[in-house]
Amino acid sequence: MNIYDIVFYLFAAITLASAFVVVTARNIIYSAFSLLFTFFGIAGLYVLLGADFIAVVQLMVYVGGILVLILFGVMLTNKITSVQIKTGTLQVIPAILGTALMAGVLIKIFTGTNWHSQMAQYPTKTTAYALGHILLTDYVLIFELLGILLLIALIGAATIARKEEKAS
Amino acid sequence: MYNLLNNLIGNEYVAAVIAAALPLFVFILPFALAAVLLERKVSAFMQDRLGPNRTGYRGLLQTVADILKLIQKEDITATDADKKLFNLAPVLVFAGCYAAFAAIPFSGAYIGADIDLGMFFIVAISSLVVAGILMGGWASNNKYSLIGAMRSAAQMISYEIPTALVILSLVLVTGTLSLHQISEQQTAYFWNWNILGGAGLGFSKLLLIPFMIVGFIIIYISSLAEVNRTPFDIPEAESELVAGFHTEYSGMKFAMFFLAEYANMFAVSSVVAALFFGGYQSPFGYLGNTLGISWLVPLEQFFWFTAKGMFFVLVQMWLRWTLPRLRVDQLMTVCWKYLIPYAFVNLIIVGLITLL
Repeated sequence: MNIYDIVFYLFAAITLASAFVVVTARNIIYSAFSLLFTFFGIAGLYVLLGADFIAVVQLMVYVGGILVLILFGVMLTNKITSVQIKTGTLQVIPAILGTALMAGVLIKIFTGTNWHSQMAQYPTKTTAYALGHILLTDYVLIFELLGILLLIALIGAATIARKEEKAS
Repeated sequence: MYNLLNNLIGNEYVAAVIAAALPLFVFILPFALAAVLLERKVSAFMQDRLGPNRTGYRGLLQTVADILKLIQKEDITATDADKKLFNLAPVLVFAGCYAAFAAIPFSGAYIGADIDLGMFFIVAISSLVVAGILMGGWASNNKYSLIGAMRSAAQMISYEIPTALVILSLVLVTGTLSLHQISEQQTAYFWNWNILGGAGLGFSKLLLIPFMIVGFIIIYISSLAEVNRTPFDIPEAESELVAGFHTEYSGMKFAMFFLAEYANMFAVSSVVAALFFGGYQSPFGYLGNTLGISWLVPLEQFFWFTAKGMFFVLVQMWLRWTLPRLRVDQLMTVCWKYLIPYAFVNLIIVGLITLL
C-alpha cells in the first residue's frame, strides 16, 4: 500500500462513517455537523481522482455556503420553538420499498455499464483551464442559462425576505 | 520540500508527516509567541502605558509564562454543554487555519503543497473555520456564545465575497491561481509587484496601478473582517458579549482558539503580501545572486516573506488599537453596500484593461 491508497481509505472511511451518522443521529445538530465531514471526505476523494477544481468548489459551495446555511437554520429554530425537532422513523414499509427499488436500479447500472477504466495516473495538472475553456465554448448556453436561473432564485429570495413597505 | 525529505529520510510516511508538521513548529508557534507579546506592547505603546515588563527582560517572557499558566489550568466543561461538539470545535477551528498554511509559499524553496489552485483553496478551506466557530458557539449552550458565533459566521461569509472578487481581478491580470506562480511573476524588484501593475511593461501597467490599489484596500478590509479583528470584532465584543463564541472555553482549548486566531492573522497578511506585494520576492534583488551563493536566496526569500507578513500583522494591531468597533448593521452595510459594488466595478475595469 502506498501513501495514496492510505489517504484514499482514510477519506472513504471519513465519508462513510459521517454519512452513517447523518442518517442515524437523533439530534438534528449532529446530523448537520456530520454532513460537514461527509462533504470534506468527498472533496478529498475528488482530489484523489484528479478533479482538483471540483474538490475546491465542493468545499466552497457545500461547506462554506449550504452547510453554514443549514446550521444557521437549525440553530436559530432549534431552541426557540417549543416543538422538538428530531429525526425519527416514519413510514417504514414504503421507505424499504423505495430504497430497495433505488438500490436495484443502481446495482443494475453499476454492473451493466462498460466503465472506461484506465491505469491509475497521479494527477499532475490542474483541471481549471480545461473546465473554463469548455464552459465558455461548447457549453456557453447552458452556462449562461444557469447564471440566469441563479439570478432569478436570488431575486426571488430577496423579494420574499424583504419587509413590506408601509403604504403612507 | 516533501521530495527533499523523502530523499533524505527514505521513508515516504515519515517524510509526509514531517513536511506537514514543519510550518506548525518552525513557524506558527514561535510566531504566535512573538505576536501576542507584540500585540500587548503595541497596545501599551498606543495607550501610553508600559505593557508587560516584569517577566524576563522588559517582559519578553510574558507569553511563555501565559502559556505555562494555560497548560496548568483545569479543563472546565459547562454542565449543560454538548460535550462532543464542545471538544471538537477548537480542533476544527485550528485545523481550518492550519490547512491554509499548506498553500502559502514561504519561500521559493518551501511551499507545503504547490497546488495550482492555491488561492482558491485558501478561500475555500477557511469555511471549515466558520463551521468550527458555529459548533463551538452552539455547543457551549450559552447565549453570548451563540450570538457571537452567529455574528462571526455571518460576517465571515459576507466578507468572503469581496475577497473572492478581488482575487478574481488578480487572476485576470496574472492568469494563475497558484500563489507560487503569482509570487514568481513579481520577480526581483518592487516595481514588478502587482500593486504597481505587475511585471509587464507598457501602457496597461500604468493604467492598472490605481485599480490595484483599490483592490488591495478592499481585500485588506475584508481580510480584517475575516479574522474578526477590530474594527470588525463584533463576534467577541467584550462590552456586549463577554468573549463571544469562546466565552465558555478555558485552558488548552482556549489556547487553541487563541493560536488559531493568531495563525489566521498571519495567513491573511501573507496572502495579501503574496498577491500584491511580491510574496517572497525581495524588493531590491538578492544578495545571494550578487555574491554567487545560491543557497542564500531561499533564506533571503523566507526573510522577506516573513517581514512582509509581519508588517501587515503590525498594521492589523495598529488598526485594532486606533479604531472603534462597528455596529452589526454598519458592518453589513460596509460589506454589501460599499465593498461588493466597488469590487465588482474594479473587477470589470481590470478585465477591460487586461483586454487592451
